[in-house]
This record gives sequence, structure tokens and C-alpha cells, in this order.
Amino acid sequence: MNTAQVHSKETEHGMSNVGYVRIALILGIITALEVSTYYVDFGPLFLPALLIMMSIKFVMVVSYFMHLKFDNKLFSMMFYAGLILAIGVYSAALATFKFFLS
Amino acid sequence: MADLAVDKDMSHSAHGSSTHGSSAGISNVKLGMWLFLGSECLLFGGLISTYMLYRGRVSQGPTPSQVFDIPFTSVSSFVLLMSSLTMVLAVSSAAKKDDRGTTLWLTVTALLGATFVGGQVYEFTAFKSEGLGFGTSLFSSSFYALTGFHGVHVTVGIIMLMAMVGIVQRGEFPGSKAETIEMIGLYWHFVDIVWIVIFTLIYLIPV
Repeated sequence: MNTAQVHSKETEHGMSNVGYVRIALILGIITALEVSTYYVDFGPLFLPALLIMMSIKFVMVVSYFMHLKFDNKLFSMMFYAGLILAIGVYSAALATFKFFLS
Repeated sequence: MADLAVDKDMSHSAHGSSTHGSSAGISNVKLGMWLFLGSECLLFGGLISTYMLYRGRVSQGPTPSQVFDIPFTSVSSFVLLMSSLTMVLAVSSAAKKDDRGTTLWLTVTALLGATFVGGQVYEFTAFKSEGLGFGTSLFSSSFYALTGFHGVHVTVGIIMLMAMVGIVQRGEFPGSKAETIEMIGLYWHFVDIVWIVIFTLIYLIPV
């Protein structure tokens, strides 16, 4: 089996069904933690905690369920280029309306 | 020769189905789908930014905190999140050429998606009865535009899933069935990650 065949074999499977269920469980637990911030006072940690949990969920779905972690890096570039462009453009747009100062 | 062998291997998708490879040695269909999803980030980014800007602009009618039902929306979010699991199981079954498993998981995904859309319709109806129409305030317009666009995306996903169930059951399919299901899966997961962002930024962060 040459290197290319090994690579193909690895990318064919990515994860097992049990692995997907484990990821879903972790996502469910993070969602429960997110919802808990609505009822429990986290003080100044509230906003950073929510944004971090949202980012973790986002990256987990993209990496494992959408297989970006196991796929060709070009796909990651395509997607994250669009995402980073969107975040940059709209952050600049919101900044012009002084959104982050309010 | 070695390069050709690598290209041939890499023209297989993540699930082992043969595809139309580009000169870069990757699937054109998949490349197109990822480009589309990248452009969708800009669409939803615009809608989310507009909402963030206008969420405090309530000249009349109820405010976000007066209408949002967090326990209900949390359950809806969980349902959509779990539909991503069933979708990935459908993709996995399709890669193993297990038509029965593929049909089952695609149907479960469509049902979970329909439950989410049903919940959204219920939520919109409840908001309307509380005096929050589309044109009531800048907050309501931007909220309905954002969540409505997302709901339409979920509905399109359900239609694609049900069409795929019909195609799998007929057993006649031109091209790679596993790759097509994988592309529908990518779209479905994208709709899910958009909701992950919407749920946090729109529902959980107070104005």
C-alpha cells in the first residue's frame, strides 16, 4: 500500500459512528451549558464564555460532521476564507455605526 | 505515473465515492459546494449584523426580552443539533452502500428538520399574537428577516432530503449516490452551524 492509498484509506472513514455520537453528546452538553448562562449569573465571564462555547460548537460541527478535518485543505481554505471575509467586512460595517462602543 | 496515482486517489470524496476530479485532484462538485457555503457566510453575516445593529431599535411593540421564549428555543436548537448527527449517520450509511440505513437516517433528519421548522412557525405565530409583526419595529423586521431566511434554508434542506429518500428507494441514480448525499449533508450541517451562531447571538445575549 503506497502513501496515496494510505491517505485515501484514512480520509475514507474519518470517524466511526460511535465517534459521531460522542461528538453529538459533547455538542449537547455545551448547548446545555450555553442555556445555563441564561439562568445563572456568570458576571463578567458571561459574554466571553458564550462566544467561546459558540465557537467550539461551530468548529466541532465543521471539523467532524462536515469532515473538514479529514478532507483536502483546499476546502478548508474556501470555507474559512468566506467566513473570515464575512467577519472582517461586517465587523468593519458595525464599527462604522459605533456598535462596539455602545 | 506516481502523480497520476495520487490524483486518482484524491478524486475520491471523504467517503470513498468516485467523483469528477478537477485538475487539482479534488472533486469539482465538492469544491463548488464549499465555495457556495463560503458565500453563504457572507449572506448570513449581513443578516446577523443588521439584526445586531437594530435589535435595540424598538419604537413600538414588544422588546426581544419580552417575547423570546428561551426554554422553547433551546429545545428547538437541540433538535436541529441532533439532526446533524442523524445526517452524518446517513452519509456514513451511504458510503457503506447501505440503502436501508441511508433511507432511515435521511428520513429521521427530515423529521427533525420539520420539527424545527414547525417550532419556528409556532414561535412566529406566538410573537405575532403578542404584537410583534414584521413591520412593527426595526428589531422585528431584522429578526424575522434573519430567522425567516434560516427557516427557508432548513425547508429547502428538508425538500432535498425527502427527494433523496425517493431517489434511493427507486434505486436509479445517475452518478455517485454517496457523493450527492454528502453534498446534501454539507448543506444541512451549514444550516446547523448558522443556527448555532443565531441561537447564541440573537437569543442568549440580551440587548
